[in-house]
Amino acid sequence: MTPSNTQLSAIKSVLFIACLAPAFLLWRGLELDTLGANPIEAITRTMGEWTLRLLLITLAVTPVRKLTGWHWIVRLRRTLGLFAFAYGVGHLLTYVWLDQFFDWQAIVKDILKRPFITVGFAALVLMTPLALTSSNYAIRKLGGRRWQSLHRAIYPIAVLGCVHFWWLVKKDVTEPLIYSLILAALLGVRAWWREQERRKQLAGGYLPKPRFEGKVIKIFAK
Amino acid sequence: MLIRPPSDILPSEITAPDIYRERRRFIAHAGSLALAAALPASHAHAATGSLGPLAASPLSTAEERTSRKAITTYNNFYELGTDKSDPAENTHRLKPAPWSVRVEGLVNKPRTFGIDELLKLAPLEERIYRMRCVEGWSMVIPWVGIPLASLLRQVDPQGSAKYVEFVSHYDKATMTRGVLDWPYTEGLRLDEARNPLTILAVGLYGEVLPVQNGAPVRLVVPWKYGFKGAKSIVAIRLVEKQPITAWMKAGPSEYGFYSNVNPEVDHPRWSQATERRIGEFSKRKTLMYNGYAEQVASLYSGMDLRRFF
Repeated sequence: MTPSNTQLSAIKSVLFIACLAPAFLLWRGLELDTLGANPIEAITRTMGEWTLRLLLITLAVTPVRKLTGWHWIVRLRRTLGLFAFAYGVGHLLTYVWLDQFFDWQAIVKDILKRPFITVGFAALVLMTPLALTSSNYAIRKLGGRRWQSLHRAIYPIAVLGCVHFWWLVKKDVTEPLIYSLILAALLGVRAWWREQERRKQLAGGYLPKPRFEGKVIKIFAK
Repeated sequence: MLIRPPSDILPSEITAPDIYRERRRFIAHAGSLALAAALPASHAHAATGSLGPLAASPLSTAEERTSRKAITTYNNFYELGTDKSDPAENTHRLKPAPWSVRVEGLVNKPRTFGIDELLKLAPLEERIYRMRCVEGWSMVIPWVGIPLASLLRQVDPQGSAKYVEFVSHYDKATMTRGVLDWPYTEGLRLDEARNPLTILAVGLYGEVLPVQNGAPVRLVVPWKYGFKGAKSIVAIRLVEKQPITAWMKAGPSEYGFYSNVNPEVDHPRWSQATERRIGEFSKRKTLMYNGYAEQVASLYSGMDLRRFF
């Protein structure tokens, strides 16, 4: 299944709107006063949850592509990653603005002193260069290999995101546990595939067949 | 202005909250305990409904009360679910009637109180208290209740009794499993339990306590973090040794026995210096003993509050 360019554009538009939906719903919720008794907490929390969800969806692109052969879905990855970053920035802004009200002293103290805030902040700092190098120009400039190793930072970023969630809940870790298990599966399947490849090479196939035979996969459109 | 409970309440006969709130404001303005005391002390106790005329209390705060909607939809009552909105959605999991509370342990007159008996121990008072949650938010809640001291007097604690342990209702079949070591337990030092601020609450906004707020009877200790207020109490036990509470078991380094509101002693994972009053936009500074220092600071004189957090 490979969509035509027109179809792909349509899919991309739908994805873009879908990624905007949580922000839109928050806005509506604020207007209609349906965010509960503590709307600021609800906004901060929802933004954080979507950051983590979008990170995990971004990380699911490669495994899904390998399992289904839908190589085109890699072209949706940038949108997903950038929205993850956008929600992350929104999450930080709600904390800085709505929660701490630009009390920079308190914010710096929090970042240094509260481990869950430290790791959350670190994750967002690490996401920034990835967002900045998401353009086709940056990919060309860096070269595929360097770009790829830089963007592998998403692995520690997602781990930090899960730790951030785990450390902030008071007692019931059910939700952070679910996110962590999904992340473990997404990273685990990569490790496993890598190990399989290594074994294959050791077994004599020093020149492994190209993984996607006879097919050039463009990860960005011209 | 008599409000007598009819035996069968017709919807048309229920006083609308804004009307009785207006009446209560009038009573308060008219100065008066005297006027309130002159009214018959009849305590209605239907499944829902007005608790009748209430005595005002000098211990109440004049701060603006948090909306009834917020107080009844934003709850930490883990037995009914761990999201704030869960308890209000799962009220069917707890039947607040019939109900009784065992008072036992180091007392000369152990006794089981039915709810109606509890209501007769002392005139019902409205106590408008600040409530500061350990999570960093706060409310102003118009509780209705009786001083815990009036119940303790009835059972005559023995000289060896130093602490009071509270046990909440727990039904494994319908309530949350895991998270905490059930049933929920809390504890106070006997002198804290006897402090005039400490009440057993049976109502909210002049009406019978909603399930999600700990129906039919819960503890309210306004100078301590909210979780000290055990909900849906089934047993009160007087003991010699300091009880280990559910939260102490869950996180000994995070939740101490005292858990007095203290802006200078942070939770290990977050600051306690400020709080968000529900309904307000910017945060406010948290007050020592939640603003009740005048009444309770002497209970802790000479104690290292960092050690006894």
